[in-house]
Amino acid sequence: MTTTTIDKPVNNGVNVEALFGAREALTKAPEAAQFKWRASCEWVKGTQSRSTIDSFYGLGAEQKHKTRFSFDSDHPEVFASEDSGATPVEIVLAGLAGCLTAGIAAVAQARDVQLRSVKATLEAGMDIRGILGADPDVRNGFDGIKVTYKIDADASPDDIKAIVAQSQKRSAVYDIITNPTNVTVEVK
Amino acid sequence: MRTTTVVIGAGQAGLAMSWWLARRSIDHVVLERGEVANSWKTERWDSLTLLTPNWQSRLPGYGYEGGDPDGFRTMPETIGFIQGYAEMMSAPVRTHTRVGSVRCHGDGYEVVTNRGNWLCETVVLATGACNTPVVPAVADAVPSAIATLTPMGYRNPDQIEEGGVLVVGASASGVQIAEEIQRSGRPVTLAVGEHVRVPRVYRGKDIKWWMDASGVLDQRYDEVDDVVRARNVPSLQLAGYADRRTIDLNSLTGIGAKLVGRLAGIKDGKAQFSGSLRNVCALADLKMNRLLDTIDDWSREHGRDDEVAPPHRFETTAVEESPPLLLDLTRGRIKTIIWATGFRPDFSWLDVPVLDRKGSIRHDGGVVEAPGLYLLGMPFLRRRKSSLIDGVGDDARDLSAHLASYLRERTVTGVTA
Repeated sequence: MTTTTIDKPVNNGVNVEALFGAREALTKAPEAAQFKWRASCEWVKGTQSRSTIDSFYGLGAEQKHKTRFSFDSDHPEVFASEDSGATPVEIVLAGLAGCLTAGIAAVAQARDVQLRSVKATLEAGMDIRGILGADPDVRNGFDGIKVTYKIDADASPDDIKAIVAQSQKRSAVYDIITNPTNVTVEVK
Repeated sequence: MRTTTVVIGAGQAGLAMSWWLARRSIDHVVLERGEVANSWKTERWDSLTLLTPNWQSRLPGYGYEGGDPDGFRTMPETIGFIQGYAEMMSAPVRTHTRVGSVRCHGDGYEVVTNRGNWLCETVVLATGACNTPVVPAVADAVPSAIATLTPMGYRNPDQIEEGGVLVVGASASGVQIAEEIQRSGRPVTLAVGEHVRVPRVYRGKDIKWWMDASGVLDQRYDEVDDVVRARNVPSLQLAGYADRRTIDLNSLTGIGAKLVGRLAGIKDGKAQFSGSLRNVCALADLKMNRLLDTIDDWSREHGRDDEVAPPHRFETTAVEESPPLLLDLTRGRIKTIIWATGFRPDFSWLDVPVLDRKGSIRHDGGVVEAPGLYLLGMPFLRRRKSSLIDGVGDDARDLSAHLASYLRERTVTGVTA
């Protein structure tokens, strides 16, 4: 009788070879690394608006998402609104969570760590006297964001922490939130 | 003038190369813009000591013979050590000879200097990795009332005005300068990006002893996953003081310095700091612990556990709940900014097309793309220890062997100029 042990390969569903291949190719061709991300938005009524995302530019050409994504944002009833969509600041939290979690999957894959479950909860504090213009010393935005991960994976607690730390280091949304960005708003 | 090899730079790298070239009977000169050990002499602050213990300055045919192997050399001692090396081997150094250009000439090179030109078959670039301080572009937005300095111009705290100091950068230079300024009574704010935290002493032994003994420093450039990244790792947070104390972010906050995130911008006279402080500290703590794990594994596997103290871990880096994100530079609280944001080499005189789009030399372990051209004394050139005095000798041996075989092939195929 023969026994064979088959190590089940780590699979978090992230094609890391493709990502490393892209990194090498784009180091040699930095023009192709220039991307433009886009969204369009139309006011519906009251504080509700609908954002649509379908195209972006990258790898030297126009690109299209497989489907056109659309989501509504609004404000909750305690703001005297109709609550027909998530609040824009909540969508920012969703963006951060999505970015960090994708990074965790990719870094874990690159480090041969099988993930079984990854769950994040996010909470951001805000003093709304800022947006209401009630106190000029209060900023409009978050006074801080707390992200808490619960991760079940084949790795030591420190290795899991290192994956989460590396994901922050490589995250676009984390960078956008933690560092200043010039914003130009024009009316045509 | 003709010679076979021109070595540019008479620091530890150029001299180690000279030692190997002499061994291989290769005719050469070592050109030096100032005097032997010039950067050590003219571009370092007063209190700086070597970050490696005395025993660890091993150059080919030369080493430490004093009575304090675990101590750290002052700058005058370092200069004396390197000058002693040049004298010991009677290195053919031409001092006060500044190179204006290195260019191709036939199938060799011409080296243009203020003291005549040299024609040669091969050139070794040993001018070092730290010729020019790197200052971020945001420096242009610093209000004019604030004095700015780099570690090359910094000498001691007396040189700067009383009042607050913003030190930008928390690697070896930044943490040492921050500590000394804070102790002088000038309150320091330290802007912290990615950094490498290590204890000076672990389990009773110097961290450099562990890294040397366990082979970490001998790790080769062609063995690591990502050599570009390895070459760009910031310098270790270390100081070489007689009391062998560890200098890290906790020790700095312990004496009253304030930590903020990486300097991300300056707008309307306000410095903006990244909100990533907590993560860069977590990355550094986790990375330090991985190094200590490596050391513990090595000690156990090599039966060293009985000679040293038991394994332990250090306090994680303490970061306040909400580190400030803005600092108004116009209110007079900050009088001086010190850019401890790294250094880069200067190859503006190299007129051989071997620079990549980021201005770095294209090379494979110091063998530059242009035949007969060699690079020495850069971070992780061939080994993790490549930029240490202790590491340049092995690189010089390897590269001098390559250089010698290159010269032999030229002779065999008859392409000698």
